[in-house]
Amino acid sequence: MSIDIETAARVAHLARIKVEEDELPALATAFNDILGFIEQLNEVDVEGVEPMVSVTPMRLKRRKDGVTDGGMQDKVLSNAPDAREGFFAVPKVVE
Amino acid sequence: MTDLTKLKIAEARDALRKGEVTSVELTEACLTAIEGAGALNAFVHKTPEIAREQAAAADTRIKAGDAPSLCGIPLGIKDLFCTKGVASQAASNILGGFKPEYESTVTSQLFDAGAVMLGKLNMDEFAMGSSNETSCYGNAVNPWRRGNDDAQLTPGGSSGGSASAVAADLCLGATGTDTGGSIRQPAAFTGITGIKPTYGRCSRWGIVAFASSLDQAGPMAKDVRDSAIMLQAMCGHDPKDSTSADLAVPDFEAMLTGDIKGKTIGIPREYRMDGMPEEIDALWAEGRKMLEDAGARIVDISLPHTKYALPAYYVIAPAEASSNLARYDGVRYGHRAKLSQGDGIVEMYEKTRAEGFGDEVKRRVMVGTYVLSAGFYDAYYNRARKVRTLIKKDFEDVFAQGVDAILTPATPSAAFGLGEMTEADPVAMYLNDVFTVTVNLAGLPGISVPAGLSKQGLPLGLQLIGRPWEEGDLLNTAHALEQAAGFVAKPSKWW
Repeated sequence: MSIDIETAARVAHLARIKVEEDELPALATAFNDILGFIEQLNEVDVEGVEPMVSVTPMRLKRRKDGVTDGGMQDKVLSNAPDAREGFFAVPKVVE
Repeated sequence: MTDLTKLKIAEARDALRKGEVTSVELTEACLTAIEGAGALNAFVHKTPEIAREQAAAADTRIKAGDAPSLCGIPLGIKDLFCTKGVASQAASNILGGFKPEYESTVTSQLFDAGAVMLGKLNMDEFAMGSSNETSCYGNAVNPWRRGNDDAQLTPGGSSGGSASAVAADLCLGATGTDTGGSIRQPAAFTGITGIKPTYGRCSRWGIVAFASSLDQAGPMAKDVRDSAIMLQAMCGHDPKDSTSADLAVPDFEAMLTGDIKGKTIGIPREYRMDGMPEEIDALWAEGRKMLEDAGARIVDISLPHTKYALPAYYVIAPAEASSNLARYDGVRYGHRAKLSQGDGIVEMYEKTRAEGFGDEVKRRVMVGTYVLSAGFYDAYYNRARKVRTLIKKDFEDVFAQGVDAILTPATPSAAFGLGEMTEADPVAMYLNDVFTVTVNLAGLPGISVPAGLSKQGLPLGLQLIGRPWEEGDLLNTAHALEQAAGFVAKPSKWW
C-alpha cells in the first residue's frame, strides 16, 4: 500500500490541517515510511482474536443522569480566542 | 545545611519534620538553582510566587504536626498537567496563552499533600517524541555529557524537562506521563528513577490527552523510595476519570523491604534485539546476576508478540491522538489563525491547526486519521487492537506461570545527541520505545532504575515490569536492584 500525493492531500483535509502543495510529496514519503513499518502487523495470525476494548477489565461506573456541574459561563469562555455576548464566536457558517 | 536541592524527598521530609530545615528554605534553594540552569531549558513556566505561598503554608502545617510525606517538598510539574491559572500548553503553540480554570486531579492531590510547585516543565509537543525536540519551547538539555565532550545530549522524551530537572537537582521530584515510554526512557537517559503505574492507577482528569487508552501519569525522582512516596500521593480513584480504578492504594514506601527472596524474575528472550549495543546486553546480564544474588529465582521466558508492539502502537496511539486532538479547532482555547477575506470555518480550522501543531504532531494526527478512515479501519486499526490483545496475553501467560516481575533493558542505547536523529526517518526515533511500549499496550506497571554507566560515562537504566496493580511489589524489587547496583553517579555541573 503506497500513499500518493492525492491521498496525502485528502488525509490532510480530513484531519483539517492545511498542507501546502509543495509539502505534499515529503508528507507522502513520511506516511509511506510509517505505514511500511505498520505493515508488519500483517504477519500476525489474528484469526478469532478479539480486538482490545479495555486494557484493564472493568465495568464502567454508572451514575444518575443529572446535572452535576455548571453555571460558569465566564470560566468556560475565558480562554476563547473570540467570545462575544456569552458565546464562542466563529466565522459565518451559513450564508 | 548546604546543598538543599541535592536532598532526596525522604531526607527532606525527615529534616522538615525535625525542624532542621523549612520548606521556605528548601523552596528558595530550588528557585535559585532553577534561575542558574537556563541552559538546560527544563523549566518553561516558572511559578515562584505560587511556590513561596505554598512553602509558607506547608511550614505552618508541619509546625502544627499535620505533615504528609510530601508536605513542603518542591516539585516540578510537566506542562501536560492542567494547573489552575498557570500556563499549561503541552509544549504546543496551539495552546499558546491557555490558562486552565481548573486543576488536574493528580496535581490537586499533590498540593493537598502539601507539595510545592516550582513551575512547569518542558516536554515533547503533546508528549509525542522521544528526545524533547518537538517542543514549542525548544529542546530541553540533558545535564549529563559524554566525558569532556561538550555536545548537548537529549534528556529523552517526552518527559525530558522533568528528567533534566530532577537529574540536575533543580527540584526534588517531578511529575511525568508515559504513553509509550515517556517516563522510563528519559529517566534512563538521565540516571533517575521513574515509574509508570498500572493503567487506571492515576486519574487522567486534567492531563492533556494524547492516547487515552495508553496514557498514565507517574513520578520521576532521585530513587525508588522517593518514587514510592510520590506515587502514593498521585494515585487513587477519581470519579472524574471513568477508567480510574476504584482500588485501595497501599502504603508503597512501607513495602520497600529490599527482600526479594523466592521471587521469580523472568528474562524475555525477545528483548535481545539485533544490533543491540554490547554494553546494554552486559548491563542486562549484570542486572540478572544482581537479582539472583539477592535471592530471586531467574527464569527465561518468551513474550512472542514483542516484535509487533511498536507497529501496533503506531496505529493505536495516532488513531487515538487524531480523535483527542480534534478539539484544537481555534474556537474554545489557544491559538486561532488570522483569516483572509472570504475565509470560512473550514479555512479557520485548517489554518489554525497548520500553524499551531508542529510537524511530528501533524504527522501523527494525519496517520491516525488515515488508519481510521473508511476502508482502512479494519486493515489497520482493528488489526492493531487484535495484536494488542495478543501482546497482553503474552504477559498474562508468563504471570500465570508464576513470574513476579520481568527484567529488561530500559532503552536500546544511552542518551544520544540533540539533532543527531534529525535526518533519520520518523521510524528510527520510534525505536527508542522498543522495550517500554509493550508495557503501555498491556496496561502494566513498569519502572526504570539507573544501573550503570556507558563507556562514554552516560547513565544506563534497567526496566522491571510488574503484575497489574502490584506496584508495591514492583517497587520493592526495584529497590533490591537499586541497592545491588549502587548507582550514585551525578552529572558534573557545567550549566
